[in-house]
Amino acid sequence: MSSGEVGPAGWVRLGCLTAAALLAVTACGSSGTPTGSTLADPPTAKMATPTSIGAGEGQLNLIAWEGYVDDSWVKQFTTASSCKVNAKYAGSSDEMVSLMKDGGAGQYDMVSASGDADLRLIYSGDVRPMNEKLIPDFANFQTYFKSPPYNTIKGIHYGISLQWGPNTLLYNTKKFVNPPTSWNAIYDVANKGLVTVPDNPIQIADAALYLMKTQPNLKITDPYELKQNQFDAAVKLLKDQRPLIKKYWALASEEISLFQNGEVTIGAAWPYQTIQLKAAGAPVADTIPTEGATGWGDTWMLGTKAPHPNCAYLWTAYVSTAKVQALQALFFGETPVNTKACAEMEALQAGSCAQYHADAAGSYFDSIKFWKTPIAQCGDGSNSCIPYDQWVAAWTTVKG
Amino acid sequence: MASEIVRRPRPKGGGAVPFQRLLWRFSWLRPLLLLTPPLAWFVLVYFASLVLLLITAFWSIDPFTTQIIQVWNTNNFRVIFTEPVYRAIIGRTLLMAVLVTITDAVLAFPFAYFMARVASRRVQTILFAAVLLPLWASYLARVYAWILILNHSGLLNWSLQSIGLPPAEIGYTNTAMWVVFSYIWLPFMIIPVYAALERVPESLLEAAADLGARRWRAIRDIVLPLALPGVAAGSIFTFSLTLGDYITPILVGGAGSTFIGNVVYANVGIANNIPFAAALATVPVAIMAVYLLIAQRLGAFEAL
Repeated sequence: MSSGEVGPAGWVRLGCLTAAALLAVTACGSSGTPTGSTLADPPTAKMATPTSIGAGEGQLNLIAWEGYVDDSWVKQFTTASSCKVNAKYAGSSDEMVSLMKDGGAGQYDMVSASGDADLRLIYSGDVRPMNEKLIPDFANFQTYFKSPPYNTIKGIHYGISLQWGPNTLLYNTKKFVNPPTSWNAIYDVANKGLVTVPDNPIQIADAALYLMKTQPNLKITDPYELKQNQFDAAVKLLKDQRPLIKKYWALASEEISLFQNGEVTIGAAWPYQTIQLKAAGAPVADTIPTEGATGWGDTWMLGTKAPHPNCAYLWTAYVSTAKVQALQALFFGETPVNTKACAEMEALQAGSCAQYHADAAGSYFDSIKFWKTPIAQCGDGSNSCIPYDQWVAAWTTVKG
Repeated sequence: MASEIVRRPRPKGGGAVPFQRLLWRFSWLRPLLLLTPPLAWFVLVYFASLVLLLITAFWSIDPFTTQIIQVWNTNNFRVIFTEPVYRAIIGRTLLMAVLVTITDAVLAFPFAYFMARVASRRVQTILFAAVLLPLWASYLARVYAWILILNHSGLLNWSLQSIGLPPAEIGYTNTAMWVVFSYIWLPFMIIPVYAALERVPESLLEAAADLGARRWRAIRDIVLPLALPGVAAGSIFTFSLTLGDYITPILVGGAGSTFIGNVVYANVGIANNIPFAAALATVPVAIMAVYLLIAQRLGAFEAL
């Protein structure tokens, strides 16, 4: 065991090293952090957009959510445009952001980014403006999705909206004979150990949305633009919620099995989980509570260094058509932005248009607060809002 | 034809195999050439990545575009050492690693003892296969199997209720994580302990018996001290594997089950805050360094 001996001198040396390291850590001060602002022009704001779509380049490389590039509508596109579609599926918004680094690096043409990634892509200069006039169906879009704040800055479109969905309140109909009408249900001690919510920092916005209505003195106007005291209140609400949580779900399939096993009876979900659970015969229903809901809107964005821009425009125009919008909506369990898609959805599956709120009136979108990247700049122009990296750090403290 | 097969003597000092001559003349050349590829691999791939990790830990990111800003600062470490939640997470991870190691040591010792000193050759082979068999199945499949056992309507509660006991609600808790970790890493403890026990000379036990020591006394004073290096070696695996895991906490853990690995994963995968992830990743590296020093003193490296 002689090799195992560490003499006293060795320990002293180790101790000195540790002490030196600790000193180095604590002695240096902190540096100021740069902040983002939508008042500034994105790096690609001045890039010219094409005025017409040229001949296809024969290839199209997409980064997409799984299920967004399905053969059932891609085949027809390939035949019509002779653009061969190659899709890479990404698992998270952040994977999308990192794949699109350096404008897609001349490899990727487009990304189907969600609202929480959009501003990051735009202000990194990774995506460039698109000409909406080249998309014939743009005129049929729900007004909100023509220029939503997550993909349009100062009137310039950094991508074309695709589909959206609300984050709903999912509950077990046997346990909740009287359907819950408020998000209060997931913060209520009566449901201790029976609640599940997404394992996602953007959940702080859901808490803020609830506080908007229940604590008006906090004066929250936008759940993604939170000042320190508003942010702290939302984080505290979530910390108080932790003892009630059975599990923070990371995958939709996790939440589905939690509900199927009777492990939880109420939680925050997507319409997709409700559809899957109902199909499996589970006694569940979902609702958008009176406080409103958060939601996500996806956008096809064009990489700054896209090698096949013509195919990209052809693709965007194609997926914006009512028929493809309806196909994708039913395939994935989400809602088209093209209002003409409603009839197509009804033809494919009766009642689906209303079920997915594809026929919603414009006022409906006031009750949905769509995901966007939290940045330091508030709506009032000040830089006192909490940026996303602090949301992630706070989420760690919530989960504990 | 035989006349053509003439073995010519090698020209003196000639260059038939100059390379070998070179090796003979400079005796240090051979080990150098032999060691260069593995050393280069070790330095470039293994060591360089650790150094990069350490350097990145002192950078920060632009919170808006999440691009790395290469300005030296110690903010990341300040947050880790001052924010109570990170201390709690580090403490939880460490405590779990210790608990799992102790549990596995307690479970593995009698099993390995039986395998090494009691069982017949045939039974020994069967037991060996039984220990190693789970390692052939995917880690994920085994964790999911435990979810099915431990959850609300799972096998455990079903069994308890069928014999009239109240259900154990341990699905998605830290207890569930402890059970699953202890199960998954158990083979890594059994094998080194078995190896150490097999090497205990029979003569020592006979001598103890001759001197009047009973069976338990012999185990306590002879077998246990000689098996300790094996336990220490096994504990390196169970401890480090638990310390670095982040999949079991995601799948089996509930609220308040975050591990160091989960925070690292969230900072790389969600926040794109690689500098902070790097800073936090140095914590298990430091813990393991200390642990290896202790294990070395217990003689673990001789037992590997």
